[in-house]
Amino acid sequence: MNVISDKLHVENNKWIGTRTIRPDGADKVTGRACYAADNVMPGMIWGKVLRSPHAHARIRSIDTSKAEALPGVKAVVTARDIVDFPLDKSVMLGIQDMRWMCRNVMAREKALFHGHPVAAVAAINEEVAAEACRLIEVDYEVLPHVIEIEDAIRPDAPILHDFLTFEDKPSNIAGRMEAKLGDVEAGFAQADVIVERTFRTRPVHQGYIEPQACTVSYAADGRATIWSSSQGQFMVRAMTSLLTGVPQSNIKAIPAEIGGGFGAKTIIYLEPVALLLSKKSGRPVKMVMTRDEVMRATGPTSGSLSTVRIGARRDGTIVAAQGTFYLQAGCLPGSPLRGPVGCSFAPYEIPNVLSVGYDVVSNRSKVAAYRAPGAPLGAYATESVLDELAGKLGIDPLELRLKNSAKPGSKAAYGATFGKVTFEETIEAIRTHEHYRAPLDKTPRPGVKRGRGVASGFWYNAGGESSAQVNITEDGNVLVTTGHPDVGGSRASIANVTAELLGIEHGRVSVQIGDTSSIGFSNLTGGSRVTFASAMVVTQSTEKVITQLRERAARIWKIDPEAVTWENGEARPAGPNAGQFPPLTLTELAAKANEMGGPIGAGVQLNTTGADPGFATHVVDVEVDVDLGIIRVLRYTAAQDVGRALHPSYVEGQIQGGVVQGIGWALSEEYLYDRQGRLDNASFLDYRMPVCSDVPMIEPVMLEIPNPKHPQGVRGVGEAPIVPPLAAIANAVHDALGIRFTSLPMSPPKVVEALEGA
Amino acid sequence: MSKMHVTTTINGEPTEFLCDPDRSLLDVLRNTLGLTGTKEGCGTGDCGACSVTVDGRLVCACLMLAVEAGGCEIGTIEGMAQGGELHPLQQKFLEMAALQCGICTPGVLVAAKALLEKNPDPTETEVRFGLAGNLCRCTGYDKIVRAVLDTAAEMREAVQ
Repeated sequence: MNVISDKLHVENNKWIGTRTIRPDGADKVTGRACYAADNVMPGMIWGKVLRSPHAHARIRSIDTSKAEALPGVKAVVTARDIVDFPLDKSVMLGIQDMRWMCRNVMAREKALFHGHPVAAVAAINEEVAAEACRLIEVDYEVLPHVIEIEDAIRPDAPILHDFLTFEDKPSNIAGRMEAKLGDVEAGFAQADVIVERTFRTRPVHQGYIEPQACTVSYAADGRATIWSSSQGQFMVRAMTSLLTGVPQSNIKAIPAEIGGGFGAKTIIYLEPVALLLSKKSGRPVKMVMTRDEVMRATGPTSGSLSTVRIGARRDGTIVAAQGTFYLQAGCLPGSPLRGPVGCSFAPYEIPNVLSVGYDVVSNRSKVAAYRAPGAPLGAYATESVLDELAGKLGIDPLELRLKNSAKPGSKAAYGATFGKVTFEETIEAIRTHEHYRAPLDKTPRPGVKRGRGVASGFWYNAGGESSAQVNITEDGNVLVTTGHPDVGGSRASIANVTAELLGIEHGRVSVQIGDTSSIGFSNLTGGSRVTFASAMVVTQSTEKVITQLRERAARIWKIDPEAVTWENGEARPAGPNAGQFPPLTLTELAAKANEMGGPIGAGVQLNTTGADPGFATHVVDVEVDVDLGIIRVLRYTAAQDVGRALHPSYVEGQIQGGVVQGIGWALSEEYLYDRQGRLDNASFLDYRMPVCSDVPMIEPVMLEIPNPKHPQGVRGVGEAPIVPPLAAIANAVHDALGIRFTSLPMSPPKVVEALEGA
Repeated sequence: MSKMHVTTTINGEPTEFLCDPDRSLLDVLRNTLGLTGTKEGCGTGDCGACSVTVDGRLVCACLMLAVEAGGCEIGTIEGMAQGGELHPLQQKFLEMAALQCGICTPGVLVAAKALLEKNPDPTETEVRFGLAGNLCRCTGYDKIVRAVLDTAAEMREAVQ
């Protein structure tokens, strides 16, 4: 296979910054890569979940006797089998509260949404399992349900959880988060212009193409093996352990190839259920969700109701900003409040900020993380208001952002004082880009209007725990193991780093993802952290290996290890004083390893830090068919500080993919419920994600401003790209039509209605 | 329900299987024949992850009954590389990073191959509409479209 070299973005590097072939590529283009649903086990049986037909109902009793009597049924599981975490005591795993997770995996006191699991069956095949589910008798007391935020926060709303109170009253508001800086009212008093708007967004699904799936084998010795696709095998192990009571040391979680996650696979649904079914039946159990189950009962991210108010002086200086963000948590607490509350105003230096978020439960599936959780819906509100403010002030929208952009030393309302800030560079990159300067014919033909919009975005990024092991094989090649599921090509970046540091051909490096029993603890693939954190631990591991290689050469040459250097894949005497020896290659040293001190390899386990935040600025041109209300994206350019692109193609891919998810969020995707509280569009036909013919090429502008806190300068990339598109597109539509859409998606019926009302 | 005996050809290999008459071709490919390269993303013909060819025609294997495959020539992702040599589309997808998670990739490749067999010189718009039945949530389609266009150009050159 060829390796494509492209040194456009870096200098003096042989592999870092080049477009090498990904280590898992050949398996993925030939259909050999093993995803979660591809796994089979000898003696395997099939598990199936019985789901609530009601949006809200008390479970009086469950009778599984008829199901258990059906020939071919091997086990039945209900909430009684799942570990109960009492409501009065929080038990956290990362950001997940086990009180909610145990009730999400299997309804306990009440079914809280249409599709909520109430029981599960394992049987000799899927048909028998499905038939057994039909034979389970659940006695429900149907309760009034509530779906929308406005309805859920009314004083007379049906209350989902008796134990939740807000301001001393039973409430569907499960929590409040605040970020504050200065005195917001005093700030607004100084403003010449104030814009305030209220915005709505719908829940949108992460939309990964691979439904959740797992196979679990619980053996007679009490040890369990889990094959599943997730964004963290260690999360799978820990959460399954907590929910089943099986000790972590008795669970091996093997990460299958993962067919997309975007945050949603940072929690589990099936694994504990399958484990318990396997334990009861004595057989390996496979469970695969249907798309209908995925849409109905996993994810999505929160819908929102947000009010944003921003005040500025006549010269464009922003003096105060206030945001109130109500987010739909789904049926159990846990909206991503941190996204809108912290990120919405973070790119700007604003002396007075009050940003408040409310976590609102309703009878929907519990939300899961989705790419920069919560930040896009906050930026939609803020960046739309900024656009309107720029219009009122008569200032170019990018100028307004530039004038108020955060700088080194700026304090964000969420608490951080920024070190290096690269926001201005992203604005400049767009302002000077040919796209922003190109003329746009706003009325190209009758019935069509065009417009251009800009918006910016912020994401925290993250470090956290990562582990790596670098081993030299006996024939002198390199095997790197990390603990992070690779969703978007991170193995390709790791191969580039390792080959670069060792000074060897790229093809000599293999990269694999270890299971929970073969590599040290590694936190989730999420938060835009994996390339940042894993490159750090792989670098440190490789440096240790290089030290070992130098020591081996020193021993062979009988000189001091300090007198040996490692260059271009071989050990050399450091200088003329060190002595005259022919270089020893990696292959030669590997061949002598066992007689010269044993196998060569090193690992590093680290809680990584230094993941500075990511900034992005986007520009988009749209075209609106004013008769049909169809909005098309004509051109899209996205600038982002990526720190350093270890593998430019997969960095571009993150930006392009994030933007297109943002396009779907802005224009076509939404969760629709019927009057009974049932999801009305639980399929890829009715839940409309962008298809290939909906979108243009997406031009990524990668700004490589090295992160000084990372050995290669890496900055997290994956999440920031989905933050600006919602507002950028809404601003472009405003430019085209003069109508400011304060509700997403801007779907054709909504656009037609707005045009008729205008 | 008694099983039916089906004789077919899959990737050039004569193949026989027994199946219930209500099983989809996708189910039989994956769960009876072990050809798991063909993926299930929706089961309703909306995502294209299960794209295969039947007598040269692109179909969603989830929408076709396995018994209908009797006497047909089925082409799946496992038959795309010939004798260890990747198809030019497969090679180009690797070189141009036209996949991220890779779950949609087999279906996209099968659909792209069918497209180029019908139209060796497609425009960008034709590629975009040709692949409109294949959902990809990772890439934003940019690199996929470029890889198909580049492959088409190379294959035309190779023919000349």
